[in-house]
Amino acid sequence: MTENKKTYWKGLEQLTNDPEFVKNAEKEFPEMPTILGNEEGASRRDFLKLMGFSLAAASLAACEAPVRKAIPYVNKPVDVNPSIPNYYASTFSSGGDYASIVVKTREGRPIKIDGNELSPINKGGISAIVEASVLSLYDKQRLAGPYINGTKSDWATIDSEVKAKLASAGTVKIVTNTVISPSTERVLQQFAEVFGSAEVITYDPISNYGITKAAETSYGTAMLPSYNFDKANVIVSFGADFLGTWISPIEFAKQYGQGRKISKEKPVMSRHFQFESNLSLTGANADYRTPIKPSQSGLAVLALYNAIAKQAGVATVSGAIEIAHLDKAAKELWANKGKSIVVSGSNDPNVQVVVNAINDLLENNGVTVDFSKPSYFRKGDDSKMNQFVADLKAGLIGGVIFYNCNPVYDFAKGAEVAEGIAKAKVSVATNSTMDETASMVQYIAPDHHYLESWNDFYPRKGEYSLSQPAISPLFDSRQAQDTFLVWAGAATNYYDFLQQNWNTTLFAAQTETANFQEFWDRSLFNGVYSIPSESTPVANVADLASAASYVAKAYKAESAGTELAIYTKVGIGNGTFANNPWLQEMSDPISKATWDNYLTVSQKWANENGLKMSEGETKKAKITVGGKSLIVPVLVQPGQADETVGLALGYGRTKAGRVADGVGVNAYELVDSSKGFTNFDVTEGISIELTSEVYKIAQTQTHQTYMGREFVIQEATLGEYKEDASAGRYQPKIYKEGEFVKPSKISLWKGHQYSQHHWGLAIDMNSCIGCGACTIACQVENNVSVVGKQEVLNRREMAWIRIDRYYSSPAEATSNKELEVAADNPEVTFQPMMCQHCNNAPCETVCPVAATTHSSEGLNQMTYNRCIGTRYCANNCPYKVRRFNWFKYHDNKDFAAVNVAQNDDMGKMVLNPDVTVRARGVIEKCSMCVQRIQAGKLTAKREGRKVKDGEINVACASACPTTAIVFGDMNDANSKITQMLKIQEDTTSAMKEVNEERAYHVLEEINVSPNVWYFTKIRNKDKSEA
Amino acid sequence: MSINRSILSVPLRFSLLLLLFFQLSGTQVYAVNPDVSNSEEAIAAGKTVFNANCRTCHRLDSKNVGPALRGVTDRHSIEWTKKFIKNSQALIASGDAEAVAISSQFNNLVMPAHEFLSDTDLMNLLAYIEYGDKADPAAAAAPADGVQAGATGGSGIPSEYLTIILVVLVVVLLLILIVLGLIISILTKYLGSQKLDAADEEYINQKFDFKKLIKSDGFVVIITTLVIAFTVKTALDEILTIGVQQGYGPKQPIAFSHQLHAGQYEIECQYCHTGVEIGKSANIPSANICMNCHTHIQNVGGKEGISPEIAKIYAAVDNNQPIEWVRIHNLPDLSYFNHAQHVAVGGIECQTCHGPIQEMEVVYQHSALTMGWCIDCHRQTDINSKGNEYYDKLVQLHSNSKEALKVKDIGGLECAKCHY
Repeated sequence: MTENKKTYWKGLEQLTNDPEFVKNAEKEFPEMPTILGNEEGASRRDFLKLMGFSLAAASLAACEAPVRKAIPYVNKPVDVNPSIPNYYASTFSSGGDYASIVVKTREGRPIKIDGNELSPINKGGISAIVEASVLSLYDKQRLAGPYINGTKSDWATIDSEVKAKLASAGTVKIVTNTVISPSTERVLQQFAEVFGSAEVITYDPISNYGITKAAETSYGTAMLPSYNFDKANVIVSFGADFLGTWISPIEFAKQYGQGRKISKEKPVMSRHFQFESNLSLTGANADYRTPIKPSQSGLAVLALYNAIAKQAGVATVSGAIEIAHLDKAAKELWANKGKSIVVSGSNDPNVQVVVNAINDLLENNGVTVDFSKPSYFRKGDDSKMNQFVADLKAGLIGGVIFYNCNPVYDFAKGAEVAEGIAKAKVSVATNSTMDETASMVQYIAPDHHYLESWNDFYPRKGEYSLSQPAISPLFDSRQAQDTFLVWAGAATNYYDFLQQNWNTTLFAAQTETANFQEFWDRSLFNGVYSIPSESTPVANVADLASAASYVAKAYKAESAGTELAIYTKVGIGNGTFANNPWLQEMSDPISKATWDNYLTVSQKWANENGLKMSEGETKKAKITVGGKSLIVPVLVQPGQADETVGLALGYGRTKAGRVADGVGVNAYELVDSSKGFTNFDVTEGISIELTSEVYKIAQTQTHQTYMGREFVIQEATLGEYKEDASAGRYQPKIYKEGEFVKPSKISLWKGHQYSQHHWGLAIDMNSCIGCGACTIACQVENNVSVVGKQEVLNRREMAWIRIDRYYSSPAEATSNKELEVAADNPEVTFQPMMCQHCNNAPCETVCPVAATTHSSEGLNQMTYNRCIGTRYCANNCPYKVRRFNWFKYHDNKDFAAVNVAQNDDMGKMVLNPDVTVRARGVIEKCSMCVQRIQAGKLTAKREGRKVKDGEINVACASACPTTAIVFGDMNDANSKITQMLKIQEDTTSAMKEVNEERAYHVLEEINVSPNVWYFTKIRNKDKSEA
Repeated sequence: MSINRSILSVPLRFSLLLLLFFQLSGTQVYAVNPDVSNSEEAIAAGKTVFNANCRTCHRLDSKNVGPALRGVTDRHSIEWTKKFIKNSQALIASGDAEAVAISSQFNNLVMPAHEFLSDTDLMNLLAYIEYGDKADPAAAAAPADGVQAGATGGSGIPSEYLTIILVVLVVVLLLILIVLGLIISILTKYLGSQKLDAADEEYINQKFDFKKLIKSDGFVVIITTLVIAFTVKTALDEILTIGVQQGYGPKQPIAFSHQLHAGQYEIECQYCHTGVEIGKSANIPSANICMNCHTHIQNVGGKEGISPEIAKIYAAVDNNQPIEWVRIHNLPDLSYFNHAQHVAVGGIECQTCHGPIQEMEVVYQHSALTMGWCIDCHRQTDINSKGNEYYDKLVQLHSNSKEALKVKDIGGLECAKCHY
């Protein structure tokens, strides 16, 4: 066993043992709050009065039982049975963000979204945004019908007026984000033909124009390739956050996860190099991460090309830079020719041309980077969009239609778009909310939510999918495609149009079935339809020299001054779904901040500017870029490259709705569009001044800290693991009667017997990427309340599962200088933490009313109706996973603005009817989705058979895109979890002998014997270093 | 106790009815048309057809909504019967005398058309009608006797004997009391005639001092304790009934009678409560289920016209306005109950919890639906593990015990079985 000498810390305040941190960490719960609306604090007498009143009120209320109605259907649909869920395959798509999904509905209401395992793209994986999109369906701020000049109208009026006006408008342009629906494209085409060849302008808020443009230069066609990270032994990424936000993160996470699964039988894993400015989710998972400035990024790519060219014996190009780990990366890439991948997040087409050249040299073309299977996730053309904005501003455009896009907010020149709209004779939007763009146009013809719509999708060559309505339209909206068809004077509706299109194209091209209905039904049932094709390398036709010389000139090895790297957060994305409180309160995987965006700065910058950040308390700074200024809070981010700052997009919405309005600042305003493409790396003309305004960022990073406990994280390098499978494991021994024994050998308790099932979780910290999809899945499944920013600041977030993000560095730091070193480029480890369902549970023994008890299947049960809120259990929980309901979060006007799902009549439709909404004053925690376990057992019983492994799954495990969380029955010898943990004996005892060397219990030394096992983190590094 | 008795009475009564029907049908003499097959397959296939299409209104040997069917091929020709089944209305309209006669006999109730039934289906159906499910006198009698024997043997002493024993006991005790009184008076008289000292004299002649008794410490303590105990008991009992709606039987928007539908016509509970074996909710039937029968049955008791109660169903369907039934069984939201678990898996009869529903004109809440009531049942009820592979391991692990495997033995008392 190698002794692990690293210091693990969640935040800088923990590293320095800041007094404020120590004070907070010692308390399980914050100070008692003052009673709302009573600043002086309530007196004891008031309290007694209230008590007396509520007792009387309660007994009075109890005497008269209300008359309740049971209202059946008039005509019950055959497939809908109350209390029995139905599942429909469908597709999530917003712009080019894509996921094939399965929608769970109860009594006709969609309540949960899971990944579709039949999809060859996301393969059952899902992300936080897709999970949360079900709540957007019930957003009351969606428009209830068409609007004309800001006043509610009806469809007949809007149809006749728009038709007439468009006919005489002159040039008509349709502005949209990427459309990946072939049938919608045909509708738009048909529409365009009627209105004088109206042009479709496509742009993407998070533009990947650089890649498509470079593909045009290199391979002759503007397109995105397909990436196969699973086939790569070596992964090099220059600022591409492919696990969090880049192009198709669910798919990439799934692929990446496969390369990070490791076992004694197969001790190999991919090696991942990341060169970036902000600490991204991808960078946090990298084996070697090098912070670089955005102005160096082009040269870094060039230097990598040169290093590889040298080994390949090809001519090098001019341009050089010294960057740590770059030569090592080059060597390993060359050694893994055809089994490696190089990607760049840059939106500069010239840089991407060089990246293409690198992948060609490495023979990755057609293998890991596949241009013969183009993806259509991003089709935006920045130059066309810029031209359009100029024309619009100049008043050259007669009619403009915004098809579900919001350029006033999310395009760099949003202000110019806003100015130009007024100059168009006719302006129309199909946006479903009164957002920044829709509020400026004359006509709004609101589209359905995607869960109310029919559509098809063509995300990649050979891959099709369908979406179908999972609910009847909630509002008087109309599917945009139908709107276009009506305005184009077509007699058909979109559903028929869609079927017709599939009939004439896909059905006609296949030979499997002769019946279209059968073909359609099967495709709809599966949600996806594939036409397999072979991958082949595509010949590179580019002149590298011109791109290389541009890059060599435009990027600098050394530059003075601070640079801004604008990025996207995993939860909020491009800001389209900002009005979703689940996403706002999801703590960012890296910064652990909620409800805000902020300027991420390095510790060095903070020291230089005299900023000391502790427990979220910080100051605001004024950032000025080319004359535009924003006042934004500063967050000290370990791993932030020197002389760079980062700012997230997606915030600063002004007309998104009551949840998102006024949260954070709009970083789109700072995006640079001077180079002909949307440039998120602003390298020049930036000044930052720290103001004296104190501000609090609601960060959850130091909440629920283990005090003085070690070896929560156990890790090793790949080399160490190959030598000794238990490398990095901490195996505590306790002294008893003259010898040292394992903690599990000493127990006060007799131990439980689990005669039928023994449920457990196995969590692989190696493949957990920290994306947070599990946290939102849990929130949806278990009706977890949203508490709002102030309550998060009060350390009272309600999440049942959190992802602890640990930084590690060689030693503790006390001085500023040491702090800089520690925070310069720390290693990051993610650890999902939920109730550990201990067999010797400390919580169970201290509850005075037996509200938390143990089940005969290994679950620690929490009974809300029995709980009296002493909170002893939470104080005695070593994992700090118990949450207390400080307030009544449901049906409470104080939380109505944030806890939408439990407050307004529409939002409540998303609640899971099988899970209680908790009342004020009770403790709650992870139940290991007991409702799903019970439902699964009942299905097995009804069919008179045993429970099959995999048929019951908990929400977090089913959402995990990398299958890092595995749930199962440890009493079932054939279950995946039993095999992962190598449990050999067949026993009904709660204490299972686990033979897998990597598996460990967090805080094993206290022998609470959890049913959740963690697998050590293995880093593919040559030697252990922090 | 009352629950047990009513459960027992249900099968008892049914078997008696069965016996009665058999005797009735046994006395009828008819000759089956020789064209009707009596092969096992035909009968089995016919039974499926019968259950799917006819059972709602017809029985084989008894008059229901429609006539008893056995012997139909004796009463009518096969061709005619087929025509009638396929489209009785057409036959009646054509003026066929037999058809008109039957129709008028049953108040001109409309029998729906069954044009979709093939000729084979019809022949199978007739095979079932003539040969299927014949009540065998021995078989019918045996279970009835069995139940009888079980009922008497099970509880040990019949209740009427208990009363007699009690009366005898009381009489004996009274006699003893009288004898004791007599003995005392004899002894007092005897002692009065003897020469005794003053203390003994006083003791014998003492008068019963009521005042002293009331003022005595012992008496005060006993009375106070009793009063307090009584008050507390009453208060506790009252508190425990808060929110318990046992016996709650509100007036419903439609005077629907379970007695008529479930009792008299023996319509299966699952016919209307479709969810009971598949899900949490048993389902209040939607109006379209009512309309399966009430499209044709428009009034009760053979009356002409449309019954005002049935008209409410038509109104609901016509106006697409759901019927707002008053919910009787209201479990609190904090407890989870699943019908499928109890009915499909546990094999519990509906009447176990809902009481003699087939006798209820207006449905009321039969059971207390308190947690204690749930738990009691979980303590006493055996697991219905037979033929269910799910329970194999549990049964095997329990095989050493003398007691049968009960719900409580497999976690049936754990909190998270119902609360989550």
